[in-house]
Order: sequence, then C-alpha cells, then structure tokens
Amino acid sequence: MDMVQTEKLIFEYEKRDEEGNVIGTSRAIDEVDIDVQEGQFIAILGHNGSGKSTLAKHINAILVPTQGTMWVNGRNTKDPEELWNVRQSAGMVFQNPDNQIIGTVVEEDVGFGPENLGVPTDEIWQRVEDSLRSVGMIEYRHHSPNKLSGGQKQRVAIAGVVAMEPKCIVLDEPTAMLDPVGRREVLKTVQKLREQKKVTVILITHYMEEVVDADKIYVMDHGHVVMEGTPREIFSRVDELKSYRLDVPQATLLADELRKRGLKIPGGILKKEELVEALCQLN
Amino acid sequence: MSIKLEHLNYVYSQGTAYEKKALNDICIEIPHGEFVGIIGHTGSGKSTLIQHLNGLIRATSGELYYNGENIYREGYSMRGLRNEVGLVFQYPEHQLFEIDVMTDVCFGPKNQGLTAEQCKERALEALRLVGLKEKYYNVSPFELSGGQKRRAAIAGVLAMRPKVLVLDEPTAGLDPKGRDDILDQIAYLHRESDITVILVSHSMEDVAKYADRLIVMNRGAVMYNDEPKRVFEHYQELEKVGLAAPQVTYIMHDLAGRGIPVRTDVTTVAEAADEILRAVGS
Amino acid sequence: MVRDITIGQYYPAKSVVHRLDPRVKLVSTLLYLISLFLFRSISGYLVATVFLVTVIRISRVPFSFIVRGLKPVVLLLMITVLFNLFLTRSGDVLFHAWIITITEGGLVTAVYMAVRLIYLIIGSSLMTFTTTPNELTDGIEALLHPLNKIRVPVHEVAMMMSIALRFIPILLEETDKIMKAQIARGADFESGNIIQRAKSMIPILVPLFVSAFRRANDLAMAMEARCYRGGEGRTKMKPLHYKHRDYTAYAIVIIYVIAVFAIGRYLPLHIWIF
Repeated sequence: MDMVQTEKLIFEYEKRDEEGNVIGTSRAIDEVDIDVQEGQFIAILGHNGSGKSTLAKHINAILVPTQGTMWVNGRNTKDPEELWNVRQSAGMVFQNPDNQIIGTVVEEDVGFGPENLGVPTDEIWQRVEDSLRSVGMIEYRHHSPNKLSGGQKQRVAIAGVVAMEPKCIVLDEPTAMLDPVGRREVLKTVQKLREQKKVTVILITHYMEEVVDADKIYVMDHGHVVMEGTPREIFSRVDELKSYRLDVPQATLLADELRKRGLKIPGGILKKEELVEALCQLN
Repeated sequence: MSIKLEHLNYVYSQGTAYEKKALNDICIEIPHGEFVGIIGHTGSGKSTLIQHLNGLIRATSGELYYNGENIYREGYSMRGLRNEVGLVFQYPEHQLFEIDVMTDVCFGPKNQGLTAEQCKERALEALRLVGLKEKYYNVSPFELSGGQKRRAAIAGVLAMRPKVLVLDEPTAGLDPKGRDDILDQIAYLHRESDITVILVSHSMEDVAKYADRLIVMNRGAVMYNDEPKRVFEHYQELEKVGLAAPQVTYIMHDLAGRGIPVRTDVTTVAEAADEILRAVGS
Repeated sequence: MVRDITIGQYYPAKSVVHRLDPRVKLVSTLLYLISLFLFRSISGYLVATVFLVTVIRISRVPFSFIVRGLKPVVLLLMITVLFNLFLTRSGDVLFHAWIITITEGGLVTAVYMAVRLIYLIIGSSLMTFTTTPNELTDGIEALLHPLNKIRVPVHEVAMMMSIALRFIPILLEETDKIMKAQIARGADFESGNIIQRAKSMIPILVPLFVSAFRRANDLAMAMEARCYRGGEGRTKMKPLHYKHRDYTAYAIVIIYVIAVFAIGRYLPLHIWIF
C-alpha cells in the first residue's frame, strides 16, 4: 500500500522586499514524484538548501503543495478535513533536539501528542510507557529534558511521535546536531522501531553512512529528485554524488579510487567488510 | 607564541552539590605554528579546555603559559590575550548581530581600538580569507545561508588577526561539501599565514586529514597526545571511550589480518589507495 | 550568579506538601499572603510565624535553601524598610539629625513591613519549591477555568507559562554562550557609564532575540506536527483530582486564616520591642 505518494509536487514561496511586498517567487520543490510503500525505509539525501526539508514538511502537512498533490496514507494533504489525520499518521522528528520538546518532564512531553489527540488518560499512560520503553528511555521518565544529552533528547522526541501511533515517521536530519555517540543512539533506535513496530521510516539526512540499509534512496538537488535507487545503485555513482555536494563513506570512496586506478573491484561497495572481501578475492 | 598548560584542573560549581571535575591534571604544550586536533565525545572536557586558552574560564588550579608568560599572574592583560588567541565557538553564526556582514566583522577590530579605516582593511582581509563573495559584504548576516553565515562569523574572529585560532567544531550542522570547504579554508589559512590552529572536532576523518597532532580527551583528562597515525594505532582503546579511528584505518587492519601485506598506520583515503596498490601490485 | 536565584525553582522531596493538589497550594498561598495584611499586632505575627514554620518543616525543604532564596531581594527589602523608617512620622521622635527623623511609628512600621515582606516571599517560594512547573500551570489553568466563559484564553496562557518555564534554562545558557563569544571578540561589558553599558548589551541581545524567535518558530512547528490545536478536545495525562488530604489542607488553611484574624484583632498583645 502507498504510504506517501507525490505527483508533480511543486512548492513555491514568495520572496519579499523590506516593505513586505512580493517581488517574486522561488521554487523550493520542482515537480517531485516520490512513492513510499508501507513498511519501507526510505532515505532522502541532499545538501543544505536542496529542498529535502521542505519536502519533509509536506509529509506532515506543515506545508501544502503550491501545485501537484501529496497523499499520505491515502489522504490528500491539501484537504483541510484530513489535516489531523495526516499529522497523526505521519509523525515528524526535527533537527534541533531542544526546540521540539514541549514538556518540562520527559514523560509529560511524550504524553503531549496523545493529549492533543484526545486519548483517554489511562491509555495515555500506557502509550507513554510503551514508547519510552521502545526508545530505551523509560528510566529517564521523571527527568528534565534539559539534563539529557542530545541523543537522549532525540530519543525522547521519537518517543513523543511513537506515542501518537503513526504509520510513518519522518525524521528531518535528526542527527545533524549530534556527536557520533548520539548519532549511533538515534539510528539504532530508528532501526529497532522499524523491526518492532513495522513502521514506515523516511530519513532525511546528509550523512551517507546512515542510509546504507535503506530500501530506496532519493537524492535531491535544487528542488529536483536527481537520483533514485537502492543504496548500491546510488553509491556506485560516486562522482555524480560529489557533484551534488554529497559525500560517500570512506569504504566506497576508497573502492572507487582503486577502481579508477585499475583494480577490478565491483561498483557500489557500501561497507568496509565488502571492500576487504573484494580485495581479498583479487589476491 | 607557544601555549603551555601545566597540571591544569578545573572544577565546576566548586563547593556545591553540583560539583564536577571537568578537567583533570592537563599538561600539554602547543608550539607555535602547529595544527592541532582535539577530539573527544560530548562532556569529555574539550570545550572547557579551549575556553581556558583565551582566559574565558579560569583554572581552579595549575598554570597556563602563553608565550612563556603565566596568564594567571597578577596584572596579566586578559584583553591582550584575547587579541592573540581567537576563539570561534560552536555555531558561531548564532553570535552575528550587526546590520551587515562588513560591520559585524569589524566588531572585533573595533574593540581592539583600531580606526575605522584599519577595521575595514582587516575585515576585507578576513572575508577574503574565509572565501565569502564580495556581493555579501553589505548584506544583513541573517539573510545568508548557513554555510555563508558560518564563514562570516569565522571572519569576525580572523579580523582580529589572532596568532592562535581555536575553532570549536566549525563544521557542525554543515553538509559534506560545506564541511570540506570550511576545513580546506582553515588548512589554507594555516599554510598561508603564520598561525597556530587548534581544531576541536567529532570527526576522526577530518582531523586525520588536517592535523599534525591529535589530543584525545576523555573524562576531563588527556588520553592521547601524539601524531594522528600513532593515536589511531590505539583504535580499540578509542572505541572503548566512544570514539573510533577513520574507516580506512579499520580497512587496513582487516586487510592485514587477512594476510595482505599493507601498513596499518594509514588514516586517509589517498594514503590507503597508494598503500593497497603497492601491496596488491607487488 | 544566576544559579543563586532559588525563587521559582522546584525542590524535589517526598513530603505531604509536595503531594498536595496544586490548586490547594495556589489557593492556600494566596490566602496566606492576604492573611499577612489582616493584622497589626505581635500576636498575629506569632500565629503567622508558627503556621509558616510548621509548613516548612512538613515540606522538608531545608531552611538554608529557603534563606538563600531571600538573597536576591535583599536590596528591595532594604529600600522598603528605609522608606518606612524615614518617611513615616507618627509617635515619639526617637532620633533626629539634620533632615533625618526617625519616629517610634516609623520604626514599628519598618519592622512590620520587613517581616511581612519576608513572610510573603518565603510563603510564595515555598509553593514553587514544592510544586513542579507543570503542576503549577495545570493548577492555574484549572482555577482560572471559569474565566473561559468571558473568553479569556486560559489554556493558552497556561501553555505559554509552561513553555516559558521550559525555555528559561535554555535561554540562560545561551546568553552565557553568546556573552563569552562576544568577550572573545573583545567586547567589554563591564566598563563605561550606564549608556555605554546599555549599548554594549546589543551584541548579546540581538543574537538572543534572533535565537528566541528561531526557537519559537521551531517549537510552534513541532507542536503543530504533534497535532496541537489549542485546548479544545484535549485530554490530560495528569488530570487533577482532589484527594482526602487536599480537603484536610483546605480546612487547615481556613482555620489558620480565621485564627490569625481573630487573634490578631482581638488579642492585640502590644508588647513593643523597646
């Protein structure tokens, strides 16, 4: 079943001069078609300003298309009647861990979404406990979010979304402000959720190492989808990725370099083990 | 313009219930002109450490010598020290405040007591060094993109012509290209002008590529202080404290383990490619 | 320095006072504050003191912690005392030199005023020490609920309060960071006259405001994304329910108010200190 689908999605925002008069429009997303199936793990890559975050905000109906359509769980995001259904079915985790936690106590923050949905009190407690458990933060339930590390805050934010029982979770650069330890924490949590809750995950990032397990990758540049395919397909086109201001894992980069210099190594190496294996085969 | 730290300790909120030892007996020496990388996970004390270098934080005990002079002696000019040791904080673009980029970059030189003419000269020089295009000089800093803001903010410190440039994770939050651009610019700066660069980073790959020497911090103490190659030989110990060697180092270790005769003290992709070709070719 | 301010902070402890319904604490504090103005005699002060000390003991908040909270308001206290001391002219003149005249009435008023203010501050900080910010906002929201009828956005106000409480520490930390960064660029916040000093705050205030707006924008988006649409149709994770102990607390406070009123009025006990 289609979880998220767009058709020729265009998003324009108005440019204004200092007096606030419209002096033109700028296209942040230009005729984008994406298709995400239920249960998939999809990655959207792109440099800062490529339009990937703007696209992400459409999935949660924070933004609606200027032209074209976006369906989330079969509902048109432009339909005001469906707004809350769309937001409930596609939860969103943002980049800055501090700016998305509303509660002054961890468990109260996780309860915020269900409260908004009008979930009965007993069930809220149940959901809060379940989601905190699933992100491994249950022992911090009475803590203040201000005392947590970046990775822990992001896990709380994820729990807050999980408690709303969405079918799809959109993570908009959730690791951009974290250190390597925090980044690993968040990615592990996301992976665990995919396994346990079978939830659809759309991960927006510019860290290539985070997307090697994705079912499909979209690469965006200047509001367009410029590459689309499995990680192996995408990572075999190293020079093209670099032209879009992106980077590839060192193993892929090294494999590419060796191939250019005459070694017979297969394309699309993703992990260091694969490269080591390929090199050992050569000998 | 060497920096020398002797048995430096720093304790947070001393005498209260929140007391915490942030730095523990730090002894390091940074000679003039070096490119030093400081690595450590969040809370390892690296940010606290660099704030000592320009006197923003005063050590609880121990001494800090700048150019042979003890900065904690009575009458030492902290202002003078801050003119010499430029500190670029994390997300420096969050400190921009002036109406345009030019004026903002002039803030530092103006505080140094320079004339408007001199300030402008310094600012132009700094903006060129960070590679910000001229058309942005008279634009409000808030209208720039993330990467451009970062450059403008770094220029704001460079315009003070520091002899030591300390940068706290200058690439945080930037995309790969933006990250490489900034680091290349810093490396260029280090080559072209006679300054010491101290780069705090989370990325082993980055520091391995640029730094002459690596200081690894863990729990407020110096864990390693050596050439990158030597430090990464301890990749297993690094992992135990939540750090890691660059991915290529692991590849080389794995290859060596599988009987391919490669050197394992390799830290960059270019080096690794050469080394593998040499080993496989022979 | 910022850390010294204990007013408005929560002091975690396990006590009956902590467990009380926030509405009880809010109403009681209000009644206590009013009660301080119901009498003008030593006996009244005695009752108020006994009540306050007892509540502090039950609350298990250390006395030293409470006293520390008084530090930031010492200046305000001094000003009030001095004003009363010098400007009240009643009763015998105790001291006279140049333009300064201290009268018996002035001294008495000053002392009473000081005690009253101290009790006022201790009383209200005791409420925040024993109530988490969330409980507090919940309590305010519940108490002010009737105002909804005259279109006061009670839920929104309470939500704003609770968000403000969450972001105060973040913004304080941010201020510290920005300040350090500008000092690193040679900024000077300590010298110069008052106008120069005010001007030197611009490099801190502008980035701080920009950051606050950015955070507000992000937060609004995050709240919308989590289906926030105001108080309508919202359920509560921690709804307020009065328990047995809450009624008991109400009863005790009411008895106290009557006692202080009656004793303060009809058992004057005018034992002057001098």
